[in-house]
Amino acid sequence: MRIPYYPGCTLSTKAKGFDRAARDSMAALGIELAELKMWNCCGATFPLSRDNLLDLAGPVRNLVSAATESDKLAVACSTCFNVLKRSNLVMRNEEDKREKINFFIEAEYAGEVEVLHLLEILRDVVGWDNLSKAVKKNLSDLSVAPYYGCMFLRPPKEMGFDDHENPQILENFLRALGAQVADYPHRAECCGNYIAAFDLETTKEMSYLILASARKAGADLIVTSCPLCQFNLDRWQQDLAMKHGGFRPIPVLYDTQLLGIALGLDATAFDLDKHYVDPRPLLAAKGLI
Amino acid sequence: MRIQLSAAKVHNDFIRKVEEMSGQDLLKCYQCGECSAGCPAAFAMDLLPNQVIRLLQLGEHEAVLQSKTIWLCAACQQCYTRCPKGVDLSRIMEVVRDLLMTERGDKIVIEKLPAETLAEFPQQAFISGFRKYTA
Repeated sequence: MRIPYYPGCTLSTKAKGFDRAARDSMAALGIELAELKMWNCCGATFPLSRDNLLDLAGPVRNLVSAATESDKLAVACSTCFNVLKRSNLVMRNEEDKREKINFFIEAEYAGEVEVLHLLEILRDVVGWDNLSKAVKKNLSDLSVAPYYGCMFLRPPKEMGFDDHENPQILENFLRALGAQVADYPHRAECCGNYIAAFDLETTKEMSYLILASARKAGADLIVTSCPLCQFNLDRWQQDLAMKHGGFRPIPVLYDTQLLGIALGLDATAFDLDKHYVDPRPLLAAKGLI
Repeated sequence: MRIQLSAAKVHNDFIRKVEEMSGQDLLKCYQCGECSAGCPAAFAMDLLPNQVIRLLQLGEHEAVLQSKTIWLCAACQQCYTRCPKGVDLSRIMEVVRDLLMTERGDKIVIEKLPAETLAEFPQQAFISGFRKYTA
């Protein structure tokens, strides 16, 4: 099965491991993620001012491109997913904006494409049972904390494919892989997002809450599906360990990296060596790489 | 803090622009505080999210414009998600930032960002950050 795929700019550069793991894993499950022939940056944030139509033009162009290939578009990055899905809803539901944007980008798009996160495809197209059957490694000794972040779930009226206060899709994914799930209350708390580039101290504290909570719940590892979440959670742990006595750094993987590892794929192209908190000792100790 | 209310001030031009550009009716908010309780950055803010909307309701927008709060909003959508009246405070925050920057200039000078930050961070942080912090 072939689904057009939107990698986004960060997956094409700083987070290549995330992208490569996504493509390899889905291929192993019988789904070809076919990169769109034409795509541009989604803008990384959904414009919240009602008269800001220009910032919608970028994401909509990607949807227009997808529409030339199929009625579905697969996305791995939760932030790209949020922007594309919300922009798609504007084109479906807001006629005056649809007309203006279509006029500006010279298109006739009305929201025909369905924007799908890889986790949705795993749940609805592959199915958790089939995923379990394809798992080759034993993850039963690994306790994983699922980290949703913000963009995946909110606002629930627009993103709404899971309960935003008690989501289960990542938990079900992890269970299908055979891992233990660490239940902790901070799984949908914001990591700080772009604030990291402008007020780092605040962001470090926001990240620390999540990391400490996951550790307290007994997690060995955190998984996420957004490169900025991964960076904010991964990057500052050494500083945080010095500041908060007793904090033990915890590796942060992408969901697709763990998926690829569980499926027994060659993880050397997944850029595990580029993580700040090296996940390889833990994964090797558990017999996973 | 001393606030002097007047009919002219309460629904002034700035407030009208905020309502129009955000599409939000500020008076829907009845100050329950859910937004402030759910906001992940509230611990670092000078004005709490619910205080921001309260000041706007009273026409006291200058205090909001001077706050650190509007720049600590990460657009995480938690306030909008939890508001029992469906007020989208994240849109209000964005509009206040935009109006302020249109009048008084960008919040950041991109050229002054340290080279290490630019080299290290995923570009997603800059694309979204520049959109939020510049006009």
